[in-house]
Amino acid sequence: MRHVISVLVQDHPRVLNRITGLFARRGFNLESLAVGTTHVPGLSRISLVVSGDDHTLEQVEKQLNRLIEVLKVTDHSEPHVERELALVKVHVAGVEERLAVKDIQEAFRARVVDVAQKSLILELTGDSKKIDSFIEALRPYGILEVMRTGAVAMSRGERTLKVREKREAV
Amino acid sequence: MKGAEALLKALEREGVEVIFGHPGGAIMPTYDALYDSPIRHILVRHEQGGVHAATAYARASGRVGVVMATSGPGALNLVTGLADAFMDSTPVVAITGNVPRALIGTDAFQEADVTGVTMPITKHNYLVQEVNDIPRVVREAFHIASSGRPGPVLIDLPKDVQLAEFAGTFDVELDLPGYKPTTKGHPKQIERALDALEKAERPILMVGGGAQHAHGEFLAFAERTGIPVITTLMGLGAFPGNHPLWLGMPGMHGTVAANRAIHHADVILAIGLRFDDRVTGKVSRFAPHAHTIIHVDIDPAEIGKVVRTHIPIVGDARQVLRELLKGAKPLKLAAWWRQLEEWRTRHPLRWKPKPYLQSQEVIKAFAEATGGHAIVTTGVGQHQMFAAQFFPVARPRSFITSGGLGTMGVGLPFAIGAKVARPEELVIDFDGDGSFQMTLQELATLVKYKLDVKVVVLNNGYLGMVRQWQDLFHARRYSEVYLADSNPDFARLAEAYGIKGVRVERKEDLMKGVEAVLNADGPVVAEFKVYHEEGVFPMIPAGGAAEDMILEHPAEREEVEA
Repeated sequence: MRHVISVLVQDHPRVLNRITGLFARRGFNLESLAVGTTHVPGLSRISLVVSGDDHTLEQVEKQLNRLIEVLKVTDHSEPHVERELALVKVHVAGVEERLAVKDIQEAFRARVVDVAQKSLILELTGDSKKIDSFIEALRPYGILEVMRTGAVAMSRGERTLKVREKREAV
Repeated sequence: MKGAEALLKALEREGVEVIFGHPGGAIMPTYDALYDSPIRHILVRHEQGGVHAATAYARASGRVGVVMATSGPGALNLVTGLADAFMDSTPVVAITGNVPRALIGTDAFQEADVTGVTMPITKHNYLVQEVNDIPRVVREAFHIASSGRPGPVLIDLPKDVQLAEFAGTFDVELDLPGYKPTTKGHPKQIERALDALEKAERPILMVGGGAQHAHGEFLAFAERTGIPVITTLMGLGAFPGNHPLWLGMPGMHGTVAANRAIHHADVILAIGLRFDDRVTGKVSRFAPHAHTIIHVDIDPAEIGKVVRTHIPIVGDARQVLRELLKGAKPLKLAAWWRQLEEWRTRHPLRWKPKPYLQSQEVIKAFAEATGGHAIVTTGVGQHQMFAAQFFPVARPRSFITSGGLGTMGVGLPFAIGAKVARPEELVIDFDGDGSFQMTLQELATLVKYKLDVKVVVLNNGYLGMVRQWQDLFHARRYSEVYLADSNPDFARLAEAYGIKGVRVERKEDLMKGVEAVLNADGPVVAEFKVYHEEGVFPMIPAGGAAEDMILEHPAEREEVEA
């Protein structure tokens, strides 16, 4: 089953290495990964899309928690918002094609971010499925290149990914 | 003060008394500072010897072992030892030099990405980029290595950081927001565990290396409840080897009583162990009658990793046992004990006598001569299993072996580390001719520091464990296991180092040999030429279950039946 996991980490050198290394070493299946800084200086947030059974996911969570620089791990099984961003460069030879592509763009609420004589770059935000359909819709017109980010996720409502309360150290 | 001096001062503040190591270019500033330091240094002849010695020092003493090496090849020679310490959850801090910061990433002389290489085999590691960070990094490294589930931590120090002027403070506070091991077991789960044990008809206690420090509480709990005790290879010594409640070691070469007890148990209390495949065999057939498995471990990731767990207790073995002890009652287990006694008396550990000297009788003779009062180290292979079977150590932290990684060659460096940690103890390294030759250069370390270590080489002229598997599972195709045609004369080899050499070849000379070893003033290398076709039994073939246990060599069984 597909799971989206958010990980709050200290943004030390190689912390991403530790996480990807862990996935490689334990044979966990990583479908996508996105990293960025947060509003708290020194903390970064990583979104992972992982597939596996319940036992594997339990191990993913526990093994991530073993890393010293990992502050918090959440498997987004609860209601959450999930987004991916894609840039798609599509070939547009003539006016007719340009209009057809524009129809698709509007239907998906994508944006045109670059216009050239024979190509357009479209930007789309949405969940993975929406982006998949967008790419399929554009395919007949001649896609020149696609760049997708990994999925990013956030719980709905009051729930946040906070640092664990400080407990007595051993 | 230079970075190197700050490092040593920080180590002193952690209570470090001894460092095992080997110098080289990139760590020279620290070795220069060591010249004026009160910290003792043990110069080994190969960095691998240093990290194994530091590991055994930690295991024998309960303190953090420290090893130091230079960049590139020096640091990479630590890799096997770090992986070994990681697998067996041993607190070790490794300090390595690196090339100056400006040269990192340029393929400089003796440069290697040591933090990258050791990432998956250390609990944590650091590349220190700023000299004033040294006290904080050392503080964190020792804390991480020794708390929670212990493990190795590596600190990589570029040469120019060691040489930089230090202007920081040593009064650093631990700030590890992502690292807070749970040590106190959940009271509700502890209550459930006690309840399950009270209702149990066939309970067992299984104990691993994670309970070596909890031996007192463990003994009290076992004696109060009367539950039979099984100790894993790493748990040997955590329970007295001569205690009537002890059933022995489980798993591949465990006792019949221990394996049958697991097979028939209804409630299992497992403390500080990780259900290694050498213990469980085929997991789906492990402990099929256990309706309740209680797993106590300080590492939550171990709970539920291998076997289904009904009552998980995350916590330190000692703290949890103290809580369990509060509610522990004597259990009525007479029927269960009758069964266990029957297995124990009908199937004790034994061997088929041969006209040749045999490893088992050599180890047993040492065990009897010492009453189990020695620190035993081993290499890896048949001799290791024989030592586990026939040298029931009396006390905790006294059986120091490579469990998880199965690293051949640890015997001698482990003995060095153990002797440095506990100089008043008798230290015996039971080694194999194969294992011993992987690190025998450390005989020089015995000489240099006058370390009274007794090395007992059980020489069967083969890589015996591989040979045994080829015998049983590869149609006796003995591929590349024969050593006898090229082994050295071990006694004369010892003498070349200035160490007393002993050789015993005949059965009737066994006791004379044992006495020669134990009465020798100073280190000894004793070669016992043992039966070359010995097998370790009982044996559960890899991937098998308790019911698949082979009690003796199939060919020999036919002889008996015929």
